[in-house]
Amino acid sequence: MSIVENFDLFAPRLINRKELLSSGHRACSGCGEVLAVRLMCKALGENTVIAAATGCMEIISSMFPTTAWRVPWIHVAFENTAAVASGVEAGLKALRRKGKIDDRYVKVVGMAGDGGTMDIGMQALSGAMERGHDMIFVCFDNEAYMNTGIQRSSGTPMGASTTTAPAGKVSSGQKTWKKNMAEIMVAHGIPYVATVCPSYPLDFIRKMEKAKSIKGPSYIHCFSMCPTGWRSPSHTAISMGRLAVETGVFPLFEVEDGHYRVSPDMPKKLRPIRDYFKPQGRFRHLKDDEIDKIQERVNIEYKKLTEKAKFLKTGN
Amino acid sequence: MGKRIGMEVAIAVAEAVGLCDIDMAAVYPITPQSHIAEHLSDLVANGEIDAEFVTVESEHSAMSAVIGASGAGARAFTATSSQGLMLMHELLPIASAMRLPICMAIANRAVSGPLNILNDHTDIMPQRDCGWIALFVENGQEAIDLSIQAFKIAEHKDVMLPVCVNIDGFQLTHMVEPFEMPSKEEVDKFLPPFVPHATLHPAKPVTMGAFAMSDYFTEIMKAKDEALKSSKKVILEVWDEWAKLFGRSYKPVETYKADDADVLMLTMGSMGETAQMAIDELRAKGVKAGLVKLRMWRPFPFEEIKAAIKNAKKLIVTDRAITFGGPGGPVFAEIKSAMCTETQRPLIYNYIYGLGGRDVPVGDFVGMFEKVLADTENKAVGTYEFWGVRE
Amino acid sequence: MSLKTWKELPIGCVVSDPGSASEYHTGSWRSQRPTWDNAKCIKCGICYIYCPEGCVQQTEDGFFQADLDYCKGCGICAHECWPRAIKMEEE
Repeated sequence: MSIVENFDLFAPRLINRKELLSSGHRACSGCGEVLAVRLMCKALGENTVIAAATGCMEIISSMFPTTAWRVPWIHVAFENTAAVASGVEAGLKALRRKGKIDDRYVKVVGMAGDGGTMDIGMQALSGAMERGHDMIFVCFDNEAYMNTGIQRSSGTPMGASTTTAPAGKVSSGQKTWKKNMAEIMVAHGIPYVATVCPSYPLDFIRKMEKAKSIKGPSYIHCFSMCPTGWRSPSHTAISMGRLAVETGVFPLFEVEDGHYRVSPDMPKKLRPIRDYFKPQGRFRHLKDDEIDKIQERVNIEYKKLTEKAKFLKTGN
Repeated sequence: MGKRIGMEVAIAVAEAVGLCDIDMAAVYPITPQSHIAEHLSDLVANGEIDAEFVTVESEHSAMSAVIGASGAGARAFTATSSQGLMLMHELLPIASAMRLPICMAIANRAVSGPLNILNDHTDIMPQRDCGWIALFVENGQEAIDLSIQAFKIAEHKDVMLPVCVNIDGFQLTHMVEPFEMPSKEEVDKFLPPFVPHATLHPAKPVTMGAFAMSDYFTEIMKAKDEALKSSKKVILEVWDEWAKLFGRSYKPVETYKADDADVLMLTMGSMGETAQMAIDELRAKGVKAGLVKLRMWRPFPFEEIKAAIKNAKKLIVTDRAITFGGPGGPVFAEIKSAMCTETQRPLIYNYIYGLGGRDVPVGDFVGMFEKVLADTENKAVGTYEFWGVRE
Repeated sequence: MSLKTWKELPIGCVVSDPGSASEYHTGSWRSQRPTWDNAKCIKCGICYIYCPEGCVQQTEDGFFQADLDYCKGCGICAHECWPRAIKMEEE
């Protein structure tokens, strides 16, 4: 019930009331990703420029000649979002230094899905982070190429059935473990890395604000539930996010200058992953022993994280 | 006043770009472009120019970053060659569709495979249909002049298109040549500050690169085509102004002893200087040979080309690239299509030559003329041949 | 709305009308609509926070309602409403 306790504070009073992503966008009913994008905009505010990758969020928000965006926004291609954002950042930096534009601080944000971040966009992202641009990169991870019809990516979790890694008579869906993108970003030695889930809006907003306050590159990995691709009812985006967190499938943590901190929203004891798998059509084919194997991996990964948080905690 | 100096052309190009108050450059090293990147980063490192130099991890990111910077309202520059240009390819039509006046120097080099680092035009030709203004230079002075003019052309309110200046790799980029480098004051007088058509800034939020379906796509393509075609007027104005300020004039098509020529040769880029020597040699022998140099590849100067070649009996189009399995060289294909509706036109021949850096001495150009003149029965008209290929 | 000709297109197809997607009413996608029982509502704002459309608004008296021009009827607000003040009703 922690979520409700948080809301004793009356959430609307804590949140930027401006809708920087307008209604009328064409996201599927119950899209968890567009909700996360909406909350991100609220957290970052108006002095933000967004570079977006090709993908669901691009298509649904920028149907020419209209736009859902109320912040400056640019889409160029699929794999290069971090490079575009780095160019916007460099351009604005030079223009501000040379007195050619307003002397106001503007945060540049790159946003992409799991494919645009972890697969095709990986090189541009690695380059931009390594170069130390003052920008945030947010991966809205819905765990497959949803825009093109639910094909697997390196963000698809083990066992999930997708249109290019389908469950079949001799296959149990995705055969590989999900790429741990947040840790890859930690390995870049950037100042701030965090995982967020819109089911935990206060944690979400706090981490976005933190990333905004960092002068340098930050990476945010956002759990983005997709009712269409995960074959789950449209009202489940928030409850599914909560289950992903409570089962440890998607642990909430942050890494600031190499120091780990597990979010206080994480439960003392993780729920079994079955609770998270059961309501989703993409996992429905999994047999008990297959779920057990995934459970074991989730336990190990979570243990690794909590150990890091113990030994690499803030102040050490 | 500008001063006369001797310098490697690639370094001079970076110097020239450095005079243009660029705000941002993103360049990835590639032979034979690297000296431009190196010298530009030197200028930034020494505080001689106030710009962000973004050391991107690929040419794809170089083009992406200059698109981002240009979208933000910055004067942005990049440079590349060969494989790097091929890697940028995906983004070139996006930059032009977004009408971002990015300037790029291309040190033209053969495209792989096999890997080859030397000069030809196989890198720029696949970029032909990307909606960029594409200009070619013949020597170091032209490389400097066009590198500066490029910003003025690109940023003109009636143009707002990216421009690439093609400089033959090694054969030009690595030559030490004497030339006149304009002064900072002269460039400041010539080049006004960049006024973008829109910028990515919260002062006025805009959406760039919106998604368009069949209801708008045709109109968008038409608008882009018209923009590129009408850029010619501005390019000519800029060249007129340059001629007045600096005394060096530029034309879409330049000619050498072409007016009374029976047989003409057409070149693009640095080969023009060697071909010119062949013309002199042939003229000394009494052959009425002439040369046509194509500077403006896109937009294509139909009228000027027609005027320059229509009176000749024969025309040799030389190409430093080939459209495999197609009509021969891409320049040949263009000239043929430009002339097909003309009642008065020369017989057109095509030689593909100088691929992957193969040397083409004066004697080879003379040989092309002799071969074409020897074709009295016009058997080879309209065909192409790999010049000097070992059979 | 008539479609623009090629000459009328903004240069570079830049869209300079922020939030103009709201011209499009996604409410027509809806097969069910949320209704609030204000007697149960504690004005916590969970429905406002969790709406993917950003179409749940707070009224002057502090209660909430959905803008049915945009509400796609996903049911997140009803599902997440802790005091069960929101119900989904068939259209």
